[in-house]
Amino acid sequence: MINTKDILETIQMIQDEHLDIRTITMGISLLDCSREDTSAACTAVYDKICRSAEKLVSTGEEIEREYGIPIINKRISVTPMALISAASKGSPVEFAKAMDSAAAATGVNFIGGYSALVHKGFGPKDERFIDSIPEALAETSLVCSSVNVGSTKAGINMDAVAKMGGIVKRCAELTADNRSFGAAKLVIFCNAPEDNPFMAGAFHGVGEPDCVINVGVSGPGVVRAALSKAPEANITEVADIVKKTAFKITRMGQLVAREASRRLGVPFGIVDLSLAPTPAVGDSVAYILEEMGLEKCGAHGTTACLALLNDAVKKGGVMASSHVGGLSGAFIPVSEDAGMIEAARCGALTLSKLEAMTAVCSVGLDMIVIPGDTSADIISAILADEAAIGMINGKTTAIRLIPAVGAKVGDELDFGGLFGSGPVMEVGGYSPSKFISRGGRIPAPIHSLKN
Amino acid sequence: MRAVITVIGKDMVGILAGVSGICAESGANVTDVTQSVLQDLFAMIMMVEISDSKTTFHDFREKLTQYGEDKGLSVHIMHDDIFNSMHRI
Repeated sequence: MINTKDILETIQMIQDEHLDIRTITMGISLLDCSREDTSAACTAVYDKICRSAEKLVSTGEEIEREYGIPIINKRISVTPMALISAASKGSPVEFAKAMDSAAAATGVNFIGGYSALVHKGFGPKDERFIDSIPEALAETSLVCSSVNVGSTKAGINMDAVAKMGGIVKRCAELTADNRSFGAAKLVIFCNAPEDNPFMAGAFHGVGEPDCVINVGVSGPGVVRAALSKAPEANITEVADIVKKTAFKITRMGQLVAREASRRLGVPFGIVDLSLAPTPAVGDSVAYILEEMGLEKCGAHGTTACLALLNDAVKKGGVMASSHVGGLSGAFIPVSEDAGMIEAARCGALTLSKLEAMTAVCSVGLDMIVIPGDTSADIISAILADEAAIGMINGKTTAIRLIPAVGAKVGDELDFGGLFGSGPVMEVGGYSPSKFISRGGRIPAPIHSLKN
Repeated sequence: MRAVITVIGKDMVGILAGVSGICAESGANVTDVTQSVLQDLFAMIMMVEISDSKTTFHDFREKLTQYGEDKGLSVHIMHDDIFNSMHRI
């Protein structure tokens, strides 16, 4: 029989420490849905999504009941829609509407993949597609969008970077009556992964199989609880505790992924090892850093603690799953993390500290509310900085900024649910306009002479 | 399929009888039980085989949860694969 202590530990993790499966995401290839006629293409998109994901939600719920593990979201990611819509003459927004209807019909929480990959350059169809993003996000409710503007192998497409600043602003403006929520559904990447199950940046890469199941785990609360039981441990022991806890969390993800894949008859893709916080108190990455010994997240030492956490999570998780992928690491979305919100509110956590933190953890400047009058050039420049960190370090970085219309530094915006709430954070005041207006491409970096 | 039932709460007469009664009614075979009482806190872990059960897993779980609510106990049932995968390499 299994050890009593182990059984009680698992139950405590689920009941008190918010251990859950954050998402089961089905990746669906739509490469066979391109048509010259827009409405025929949209019908093909709708039909394929509905056919492939027909049983996704019911199977997720079945596993949830049988295994007693909460599965918070069921989601779908599809082939970057810019590739599918390029063949059609009509507006790409029609494709977003088809995605939205299919997501509603299958009952999933979100659908990702209204995306374009333009890291080395873009054609007229890509530009038309990117221009359609604000309208697509304003006119749909479940669709998420992403754009990849750079990679370690290609460099950074600065024309795309310049364009995206304006797109982010437009997303916020078109949804001004809904707390500028459109901008929260748009992620701009450098080195975007093709198998990420997390929103808003999920899409189904072209190198992926026709249909695949990816699972994202969660569990910052569990890691923090484990650390709180060892207040006197030195840092080596802290890293060990994180590793062991990440192993257990990931094993649960692997089990659910395998089971979902078997029941749906769809191949298992990856488990994403991310520590994804929620606004619930106790489910925060910032609190883990504070448990390590920082008075507040954002204090000097935060980057070091986060580096340790991120690395230990990967080391523990890799051993627990047969395939690891996606974004894998600790997320630091400000509005979705009770500890980050608190730290930003009291001024301990600033945008520049967050930028430094993104150099050592998963993703980037995520769910940060900035003043509505921030210029498009400044948003582009923040994106350029993040993309540079990702390009040079060979890692994924991204931005998801919300320039909330009418909001000023010190105001607070409440998105509700998993998106949480956030104080409006200050951005730098000096202008990067000349740099952004130059356009062109930042060349791909050299991989020797590492200094 | 094998499942693990855990019952935690204030000790009182008849908890074991109550839970095993529900198992018997539902056709779940109890294969192992451990229980302890620390001061007045009762904790019991019960392994059951429910492959030949007469009721669905969902109904069995509902009955146990209802019993827990009536008696003021925390009662959970989970597939034993969870524990095997989390705690064994």
